[in-house]
Amino acid sequence: MLEMRKDLFADERDDNLNEVGKGSQRQDMPGHVTARTRFFDDHAFDGLLHLKVVRSPHAHARIRSIDIAAAARAPGVKRVLRGADVPVNKNTLLSLINFGKDDEPTLAVSKVCYKGEPVVAIIADTEAQAHAARKLVRVEYEPLKPVFDVEEALKPGAPVVNETYPGNYFEYHERFDHQKLRFGDVDAAFARADQVVEARYQMSPIEHAPTETNGTIAAPEHNDRYVVHSCAQGLFFSLGTTAKILNLESNRLHFIGGTVGGGFGGKVDSLTEPLAVLGAMLTGRPVRYVLDREEEMLTGSPRGAERIYVKDGVMRDGRIVARHIRSYFDAGAYTRLSSYAAIKCTAHIPGPYSIPNVSSDVYVAYTNRCPSTAMRGFGVTAVDFAIEVHMDRVAEAVNMDPMELRILNAYRDGDMKAHRRVAKNTALIECVQVAAEKAGWPLSDTARRQTSVASGGAGERGQIPATVIDQRGQIGRPDTRTGGPTQTLPAGTTRIALSKEPVMEGARDGRAAPTQVPRYEPAPRHEPARAQPPAYAPQPAPPAPSYQPASPPPAPPAPAPSPAHTQHGAVRFSSVFGTRRR
Amino acid sequence: MAKHPVQFRLNGSDRATFVDGAENLLNTLRRGLGDFAPKYGCGQGTCGVCTVLVDGEPHLSCLTLAVACEGRHVETASGMADGPDFHPLQAAFMDHFAAQCGFCTPGMLTAARALLAKNPNPTRDEVVEAISGNICRCTGYEPIIAAILAAAGSSGARRA
Ligand code: FES
Ligand code: FES
Repeated sequence: MLEMRKDLFADERDDNLNEVGKGSQRQDMPGHVTARTRFFDDHAFDGLLHLKVVRSPHAHARIRSIDIAAAARAPGVKRVLRGADVPVNKNTLLSLINFGKDDEPTLAVSKVCYKGEPVVAIIADTEAQAHAARKLVRVEYEPLKPVFDVEEALKPGAPVVNETYPGNYFEYHERFDHQKLRFGDVDAAFARADQVVEARYQMSPIEHAPTETNGTIAAPEHNDRYVVHSCAQGLFFSLGTTAKILNLESNRLHFIGGTVGGGFGGKVDSLTEPLAVLGAMLTGRPVRYVLDREEEMLTGSPRGAERIYVKDGVMRDGRIVARHIRSYFDAGAYTRLSSYAAIKCTAHIPGPYSIPNVSSDVYVAYTNRCPSTAMRGFGVTAVDFAIEVHMDRVAEAVNMDPMELRILNAYRDGDMKAHRRVAKNTALIECVQVAAEKAGWPLSDTARRQTSVASGGAGERGQIPATVIDQRGQIGRPDTRTGGPTQTLPAGTTRIALSKEPVMEGARDGRAAPTQVPRYEPAPRHEPARAQPPAYAPQPAPPAPSYQPASPPPAPPAPAPSPAHTQHGAVRFSSVFGTRRR
Repeated sequence: MAKHPVQFRLNGSDRATFVDGAENLLNTLRRGLGDFAPKYGCGQGTCGVCTVLVDGEPHLSCLTLAVACEGRHVETASGMADGPDFHPLQAAFMDHFAAQCGFCTPGMLTAARALLAKNPNPTRDEVVEAISGNICRCTGYEPIIAAILAAAGSSGARRA
């Protein structure tokens, strides 16, 4: 039952809520209970054709030849499609916001990278005929060595899963092999911690298993358009993706949807829309492409499995003084949305706790598994699981009550978070207190007296500590990955947002595309200089010029023709680019 | 392939169509007769979103041959409301937030309707048993169970 705790944070809102806390009827409910709600498949079309795909039986194989002759002659078959029939047969979902390289074909051409990858599509009068013709397609494969483990995939000499990313990792901004967070100096803090608690967490891929499987019906409409009844969770995302893959103006696509029979993230990939519309274009008939349950379970993209290593430095009294997280996000064979998941993961570290020294390295690794995608808090859910299980381990290690440990380390309003934002509207302490109360879990008086709104930001809690960084102030470049730290940013230094006065550097490392250079600015002047607490600044800060260009470096001679350096173009998708939401 | 004529009463009206011998009732209702209340979720009898009543008994229409329904009474969720008035189960589902995406709802309502027709005052366990063949991925079942129990308690439930 819903319970409103208006006693908490009473001074933070007007208490004139009209809707929150009251029941009101959803507008789609009458349709649901009368079965009048129309899902994508609940549309009648005369002359409806059915599309089924032939999928790879191998996790990793080169395609030697594809013979569709017998299938094309089979009863009821109207058309057989191969990769060459797809106008733009390479795409990556986030290319719509210029993020990442096109890496995934709609129909595989030269190799297959996961078991179940679509290779050929068959369009026939009935589903049974399409199924029968599927068996007549002859594909000759040369099996390749697969790799299924994220850490194995990143080792030198591992089989290349996805030729667009030969290192088997997603390249951020064309040059960084992972997402990296540095705040303070974890190594120094581990050295002086009373205990170091370390553990490995392995998540499983999870199928969303919506009751309605993925599917689309597309049909030629008047005015040279195509009507598309789609299961997509993001209808306009799917429209853009379909328009790109089919090389069509988007105003020729009339998408109808929004009534999704369960999605949970598994219906953002446009698994069926492009082929259904292509089928309608090539046959001039309505085409229905619906995954059967087996396809949905085996080849519908799952939640990506993460492997997460958490290492905490803890003092005897339960204070966590350092946290390092190394995580590998299993993208499967293609990027889809995993690149975004790793950013969300990094933004969430170290969880809702004030920890003075934090670092993390989060990789997106390609393996010969079904590509993974969005699912309910993806990127965050798994690392939260790891962090919270780890909190219990830490509590055990220091022999402390796990609820008390959380309250002790919880962030409070005004605390500086590891990604250099001041924590606001924090409520972990109150949540733990209410949870303890409901569970009849005894809390000490001290823990009961704590509040999120007091004592936050005091002293070093509100400060950005001196921070160790890699060469040239950059973090996570493939070629410096193994090199030790070279510089320390003085306390209070913040990074200049990428979108503000970008400084571009031209050809480097044999790459032509200019790239924005990360820059930092010292603490604002009006802040009184605070003495560096020795705990957070074991090394003297180097003089400013060594980390900050005195004047902007020369602009690149001429923008390279490559369209690669567009990362500051779309500020809307703030979490992808690390720019602040406004 | 030779088509077979089949005729049955659907939600109170006589309907007839031609089907392939192996055609299931689900496709016949949806693609043949335009009643989209029963859904396809698995085609293997595991999810229950295709549940319909045949002569008052719940059947999985994906596993029922259309020709086997010759001359029988088939009822789907499309026929539950009494004109503009909701069936007590429909009203209870609305009141208890027993549908989220709504995809399992027609099958769930049909299974509940079959239960209340036989057992107007079921226990919670009997409700759970009656919908145990119907998968819902959204609600977590509790609101559905509460709605069915509430409908059973309401005066109109026997009308089912
Ligand atoms: S579709 Fe009939 S039980 Fe799933
Ligand atoms: S409401 Fe979505 S499956 Fe039940």
